[in-house]
Amino acid sequence: MARPDDRKYSREHEWVLVEDGVGTVGITDFAQEELGDIVYLDLPPAGTQVKQYEKMGEIESVKSVSDLYSPVSGEVVEVNQAVVESPELVNQDAFGRGWMVRVRLSDPAELDGLLSAQEYDELVSQGEPGAPR
Amino acid sequence: METHGSLRHLPLEEEHRRQGARMQPFAGWLMPFQYQGILEEHRAVRTRSGVFDVSHMGRFFITGPDAAAFLRSVLTYNVARLETGGAHYALLCNEAGGILDDVFLYRQGEQRYMLVVNAARAAQDLRWLQDHLPPGADVRLEDRTDRTVMLALQGPGAAHHVSALLSPAIPARLPARALTEIELYGYKAVVARTGYTGEDGFEFVCAPQAGHAFWDRLMQLGVQPCGLGARDSLRLEAALPLYGNDIDETVNPYEAGLGWTVDLEDGAPFVGREALARAKAEGPRRRLACLRGPGGRAAVPRHGYPILHNGRPVGTVTSGGYSPTLDTVIAMGYVPPELAAPGTELAVDVRGRPLAMTVVKRPFYRAGRPG
Repeated sequence: MARPDDRKYSREHEWVLVEDGVGTVGITDFAQEELGDIVYLDLPPAGTQVKQYEKMGEIESVKSVSDLYSPVSGEVVEVNQAVVESPELVNQDAFGRGWMVRVRLSDPAELDGLLSAQEYDELVSQGEPGAPR
Repeated sequence: METHGSLRHLPLEEEHRRQGARMQPFAGWLMPFQYQGILEEHRAVRTRSGVFDVSHMGRFFITGPDAAAFLRSVLTYNVARLETGGAHYALLCNEAGGILDDVFLYRQGEQRYMLVVNAARAAQDLRWLQDHLPPGADVRLEDRTDRTVMLALQGPGAAHHVSALLSPAIPARLPARALTEIELYGYKAVVARTGYTGEDGFEFVCAPQAGHAFWDRLMQLGVQPCGLGARDSLRLEAALPLYGNDIDETVNPYEAGLGWTVDLEDGAPFVGREALARAKAEGPRRRLACLRGPGGRAAVPRHGYPILHNGRPVGTVTSGGYSPTLDTVIAMGYVPPELAAPGTELAVDVRGRPLAMTVVKRPFYRAGRPG
């Protein structure tokens, strides 16, 4: 299955889709598959300043807690209330309805350090040891 | 590819992989942890039916003229009360009254019993039981874990499937915790109306060949295959303790709310009897309480997290998780007896943040009465 190539990917298995200077952020199909059933999301409220590659929240699956990192720096301008109320949306549609937050980018140049869909595919197919468990 | 060289393999491993199982090590076995997803499997068992391969559980067969007397000397339960065709939950305790394992005892015949024990404890249990065989006793203790499989068909639809696939007589003549011997696809099998999900259900112990055939038929009928993940969330809703999490050698049955499995009245000696009589007279110093969260989605209280009362630590969570049936987080943990009464407001320290929880009556969920 081809991953969408309209967005960028991080090595921590987040994706960011940028439109008009605002990045929509979620986790990849690979990440949700590895985590299993997601039962709770702790996301930063709107107004929070997040930094690229730093922890911005937590994802709880039935079996474990994982940190959620931001793939970009900026201000959180919107939180997806639908996934907060129904975290299984992340399992069902990681690249679509399972998005988590929207971030107004403070440094769009950061995007250059992220991976393309093809590069991310390669990372995952190599069995990245840092993959969430 | 993962390597699991030293792990024990289920006879039905290929069947599990064919159903998309994610396999993980557990208690020395490579076990199906989940298939389609833990929540989906959980809901299937609560609303329809699901089947679990629990062949990792230890299965010991105890036979002979002195079988009952031997079992009475090592179990907290008065074995004399168990009639042929019956099953009962019981404990193995040490001399100090600490719980060595929780087990299910099945009486198959006048002098024939089956003891089903936890996988993680099976090797120690077997040694311990052998060490407690009285010299000269006419009793045979045999571990048949590797020669049999154990499948648990659970859920409100389980009886229908047993009727359709095997015989309507089986559900009709088996009340809860009863067992019978049947022929299953040409092999002798034990079927009991028992389980670990809080739901109606049947457990089958049979030859691997019969297990293959039965599993395939259940898959053809669309019965949901279920892994250890759903087994854990289901048993937690039913407030059934998990050995190693909620009970262990440091806990006595009265603290764990398992005093009902301890028979002192018959006066018969058994390992731990004196300590248990004392523990009963003194009353528990702590109790395993059921805690219910605020409803809806919340951070998950997990094993080892502190339980707080007015901000002060008073105990520890032993099991916790999200309850799909009740749509709230739930937990069990030990607290002082005065804080174990239903209605008591407590909190769980979830990685630095207090989560309000209320003590509720055990269990969280009873079949047919959700909520």
